[in-house]
Amino acid sequence: MPTIRIPTPLRKLTNEQEVVQAAGSTVEEIIADLDKNFPGLKERICDENGGIRRFVNVFINDEDIRFLDEKATAVKESDEISIVPAIAGG
Amino acid sequence: MDKNSSPYFTNLKCRECGRLYPKQAIHVCDFDFGPLEAAYDYEAIRPVLTRELIESRPQSMWRYRELLPIDGEPSVGTQVGFTPLVKSDRLAKALGVREVYVKNDTVNYPTLSFKDRVVSVALSRARELGFKVVACASTGNLANSVAANAAAAGLTSYVLIPADLEQGKVLGSLVYGTNVIGIHGAYDQVNRLCSEIAGKYGWGFVNVNLRPYYAEGSKSMGFEICEQLGWRIPQHTVVPMASGSLLTKIHKAYSEFTKLGLVEAAPHKVHGAQATGCSPISSAMKKGVDIVKPVPKPQTIAKSLAIGTPADGYYAIHTMNETGGSAEDCTDEEIVEGIKLLAEHAGIFAETAGGVTTACAKKLVETGKIGRDDSVVLCITGHGLKTQEAILGKCGEPRLINPSLREFESLVAGELAALKS
Repeated sequence: MPTIRIPTPLRKLTNEQEVVQAAGSTVEEIIADLDKNFPGLKERICDENGGIRRFVNVFINDEDIRFLDEKATAVKESDEISIVPAIAGG
Repeated sequence: MDKNSSPYFTNLKCRECGRLYPKQAIHVCDFDFGPLEAAYDYEAIRPVLTRELIESRPQSMWRYRELLPIDGEPSVGTQVGFTPLVKSDRLAKALGVREVYVKNDTVNYPTLSFKDRVVSVALSRARELGFKVVACASTGNLANSVAANAAAAGLTSYVLIPADLEQGKVLGSLVYGTNVIGIHGAYDQVNRLCSEIAGKYGWGFVNVNLRPYYAEGSKSMGFEICEQLGWRIPQHTVVPMASGSLLTKIHKAYSEFTKLGLVEAAPHKVHGAQATGCSPISSAMKKGVDIVKPVPKPQTIAKSLAIGTPADGYYAIHTMNETGGSAEDCTDEEIVEGIKLLAEHAGIFAETAGGVTTACAKKLVETGKIGRDDSVVLCITGHGLKTQEAILGKCGEPRLINPSLREFESLVAGELAALKS
């Protein structure tokens, strides 16, 4: 199953787990499965219209899904997905 | 309230949903990941912070301390800021506009960029919060400033930078004995790594978990501009954009001074400048949208502005729109021309970001976004000695002669007529 890296602000919902697993073949399915195991996660990652929130970045391996197919991006069993809050420059 | 807590700086507050948080080392809202921002009790500040009080204080950014987010006295970078605001009639003429002022942060103390402002706040706060190790993700200037200010304060520091930065910026961190980690990758990848490290190691990352404090330091540039103009808001301000944070904070400074009655409310436009090779914010602005499409592989000599995923891009666009400002971008050639234009007319040697600001200001005048009869402030944020590679071989070469008067005379013979006239 793909592994998901959970950022600090969301770990209260994952019992402080840094890395979790979820089933699915697209980012959207993965988020739905995450929400089943860790209720409330989807609401944090997605806005009321179901899109990824403005200040949330989702990476598959090292690629930002906004450069891929956004939520429809395909996910392989061996992929690592990172959820990373947007941060400021320097 | 804790008796050591500032009576003016009250909370952190989510910019998206307005939820309040305690003044800790946190930077995003638990609920929607919106950025947290410092919140103040302006009613408490208003009777205290007068023009007279500010003018009586030492000439540093800390003369506005009630509007900066720390609890006690600043302990790092107490002499940062209050850089010159230079009126340049020659530059005004070259740009084709009535009046130009250069806010000259190329001579900010101690590391010659505006980043000393943000680091002074971030590290003063880091000490209040008990951090022993401080760190940052940087395109160069922030790394220099964290390294220098941490060294002076006796804090251990780690700076993470893209591996391909200008030599001056790498050396300008190493010299302070900091731990420089070069990352094979673009700034955005460095940034992402840092947000993961910050969560894991509990370090004070100035632009990650200390971001709400760090970002507020940029306001001091806006406060100084107003005070140095004789307590008024400039008609136009041109600001370089990387993450977009500086632009939003300069506008916040103008708004706070207005709210406190330190300046009169006045129409003012805040314009943003980017390099065409990494222009996610100006592209969105020109399209009239507020969705910032990230740039995967920035390609520009303005490396300090090469942030493909600008965290404050959305807010920068709203600030420009709200004030009636515009965004502009310029090519590498135009950046070099901008650096030379500023140097040859104002006598100020800026890094590539300053070339971007100057070149974009010129375009804004040419396209009528800045009226020819108007007054402009250019925010010049870093020194040219840091990015010498960008102009090497593009400013001519010295003419070499032997120590002989005859050789000198034959060299300048053709130029004498011009000098006399």
